[in-house]
Amino acid sequence: MEGNFFNPKIETASKDALTNLKLRALKKILNYVYARVPHYRKKFEEAKVTPKKLKSLDDLRHFPFTTKEDLYVDYPYGLLAVPKERVVRVHTSSGTTGKPKAIFFSAKDIWAQAELIARSLLMSGAGPGDILQNSMTYGLFTGALVMHYGAELAGLMVIPAGPGNTERQIELMRTFGTTCLHMTPSYALYVATVLQEKGIDPQKDLSLKRAYLGAEPYTEETRQKIERLLGVSVFNCYGLSEMGGPGVGFECPVKKGFHVWEDAFLVEIVNPETGEPLPPGEIGELVLTTLRREAMPLIRYRTRDLTRIIPEPCPCGRTHVKLDRILGRADDMFIVRGVNIFPQRIEAVLMRFPEVAQNYQIVLEGYDEFIVKVELNRDLFDGRIEKLLVLRERLEEAIRAEVLVRPKVELLEPGSLPVSEGKAKRVIDKRSL
Amino acid sequence: MDYVEILSLFAENKPGRLEKILQVLAEEGINILGFSIASVKDFGVVKLLVDKPDLAYERFRERGFTVAKIKALGVELEDRPGGLYEVVKKISSKNINLESGLVYVAETRKRAYFVFEVEEVEKAWQALQMEGLKFLKKEEIS
Repeated sequence: MEGNFFNPKIETASKDALTNLKLRALKKILNYVYARVPHYRKKFEEAKVTPKKLKSLDDLRHFPFTTKEDLYVDYPYGLLAVPKERVVRVHTSSGTTGKPKAIFFSAKDIWAQAELIARSLLMSGAGPGDILQNSMTYGLFTGALVMHYGAELAGLMVIPAGPGNTERQIELMRTFGTTCLHMTPSYALYVATVLQEKGIDPQKDLSLKRAYLGAEPYTEETRQKIERLLGVSVFNCYGLSEMGGPGVGFECPVKKGFHVWEDAFLVEIVNPETGEPLPPGEIGELVLTTLRREAMPLIRYRTRDLTRIIPEPCPCGRTHVKLDRILGRADDMFIVRGVNIFPQRIEAVLMRFPEVAQNYQIVLEGYDEFIVKVELNRDLFDGRIEKLLVLRERLEEAIRAEVLVRPKVELLEPGSLPVSEGKAKRVIDKRSL
Repeated sequence: MDYVEILSLFAENKPGRLEKILQVLAEEGINILGFSIASVKDFGVVKLLVDKPDLAYERFRERGFTVAKIKALGVELEDRPGGLYEVVKKISSKNINLESGLVYVAETRKRAYFVFEVEEVEKAWQALQMEGLKFLKKEEIS
């Protein structure tokens, strides 16, 4: 048993108890949306299913998916299951095109999501006495506010720092003795760089213990790098606005994947092309159903995130399903010469080369080649052009070995790629322009 | 060993990069004694022999340039036809492979130096000891 428990009965419920709980909650939520949301009723009717048809969790496969497009039906209130008077908050998520997705919360929804965060923070070993510097964006984005409520519920002191202004971030860490950070992995790397430049040793000069990093997928190598640079234990947290933001998936001290609280979310992994459910252990698209959301339940929502269920029980003692780290976005995936390529795989390769910095960008210009732009690590530059040519050759070969297509690597001066203080834009696709 | 330090700067191949490098030296009152550029398709390396290499190195670092100091040998030659040829002949007779080189003209039409990089600088210096060459010392350029 590791970490602390906020709700031990639920967190360690037996698999049978969880299955019963999920089935009951699923029947209830299907009936709920069928009765209250015309769009769901229409979709169920088109698929010739009614909530009564669900006898087991397995029967869920007959119910239609909800996609991002469904969120734009009768926008913005089309999927509300409660009268507008019951809604107390809206968050939006910037879509890459057009209107933002709008997600509504009732008061009950806010505190239900906060409880998931509170469980997760205690699970990581944090609790009263810890000081959380919340450096996600406060505002329409769910990241900061949802974490904020959860951390307060768990009894932590919150510094609502928001992102950016790195000098001030560091000042806050020193002044208040910040023990926990909540930020994006790319920003954590940036903070580490600034600390290094200023000659601040996090081990000696700061009190950091844990970093909750999310909102962007990142590799195991990035985690280890951040742990080393900041002297913290990094917990991967997974969330998406549609599911209420952070707190959907959270790592326990065992790490190696994150738990999803199954009393709140029903997890399915499906083939991203056919939609067919996949057996546990296979990589596919994560599909989530909110089991107890009141204002805006989502049924079989296609997250577009790729992962797999880790079938082995977790030694931490929690019985809730464990998922592998996000292995890529079905949407970020790009195809060159007919090969599916995930930027994450390329990032993992770059991490093995200390000669290049953390920042990178992938540019797609044609259908048979792609460019990987990386910045040199100036501390390892020895002045010789021959070494740079060899480095470029080694990078191209290492990426080819990983993703099976040889890229063109461009070496850049440090600082020439945009610094990400939020979600990093890694793939620039010029082909669609 | 008598040697000099040259600065090597990484530069992307795009307009204005050399200008930015030279601007730093101009603003800091650092004199360029010798200079070379090597470039491949999308990036290059600018090599500089300057009168204040340590100061220049610090200033380049502060302004975010990717810069390295490299030990190089400088041998005196006469600034006349054949001057460089005679020096290079002696170097190649010792089977020393030149990686990069530049010329520093100390007194026009009289005295110049061939400043060059090799893989193993100490070994090259040893090998050239009996050739009657006059090596440039760090103190001589400051």
